[in-house]
Amino acid sequence: MTTYTATVTVRLKNGVLDPEADTTHHALERLGFELEGLRSADRFEVDLSAENRVEARERANEMAERLLANPTIHDYNVEVAER
Amino acid sequence: MTVAVVQFGGSNCDRDAVRALDHLGIEAERVWHADGLPDDVAGVILPGGFSYGDYLRAGAMAARAPVTEEVRAAADRGVPVLGVCNGAQVGCESGLVPGAFTTNADARFHCERAHVRVERADTPFTQAFDEGQVLKLPIAHGEGRFEADDATYDRLVGENRILFRYCDADGAVGAANPNGSRGAVAGLIGDRESVAVLMPHPERATLPQLGPTDGAGILQAFA
Repeated sequence: MTTYTATVTVRLKNGVLDPEADTTHHALERLGFELEGLRSADRFEVDLSAENRVEARERANEMAERLLANPTIHDYNVEVAER
Repeated sequence: MTVAVVQFGGSNCDRDAVRALDHLGIEAERVWHADGLPDDVAGVILPGGFSYGDYLRAGAMAARAPVTEEVRAAADRGVPVLGVCNGAQVGCESGLVPGAFTTNADARFHCERAHVRVERADTPFTQAFDEGQVLKLPIAHGEGRFEADDATYDRLVGENRILFRYCDADGAVGAANPNGSRGAVAGLIGDRESVAVLMPHPERATLPQLGPTDGAGILQAFA
């Protein structure tokens, strides 16, 4: 078994309204920053042991499918690194 | 035979739901989620609140609690199931109904009375009304914006599964949409007409002491 950290990034699908990001965008502008866009995402770092990288990725994918992301509004991606 | 109002940590409309049903002469009791549903359950309400502190997403944790599998099984047997507010979010997260309720378009919490139009009057939850009738119901949510992708939304409309849409006092849908919901959807039904979720609170509009009582007709589904 090898220890891995699977990093799951969950973000809203393109086209899904993100009122929190819009609010943050406006707050940055109020502080005088110039920006053209802002998106937010959630990042989960999952420590796990697996036989290999493929298995670690499969398990993290399933976590995203079943809980971490809501497929109605979210896309996600998984990156796996040895810990 | 009793209606189970499922109480999660962070539910806060469970007592209101039981009291509203009591007022209508419908036997109901609060059921702690870990205790599971009673065997002779006659109906299920997933009440409003902030189950599990809205961690991850509103309703996400409660939707994966073991009792939710029991609720799904009861729904499949034809037991009426109603998700209200946080319960509606749980309903979407658990797949009892399609779509998602997420952050209001203006990113604000809305606590007010809203008008909704009855889109179909042939379900247990709307049989007390006429199609097109305008109800006045309390809303209180920060994540009530209904979202669904094009295919899902078109299917819901095609299958006539929208139960309520936000509207103005005259029933016009369009400008009046407090949370920016797609299609102004305030409530919808699941695969069966006996499963419904809605963001407005019928249990807060049932006791005459509290003002309008339009919610009573919705809760009559459990009579």
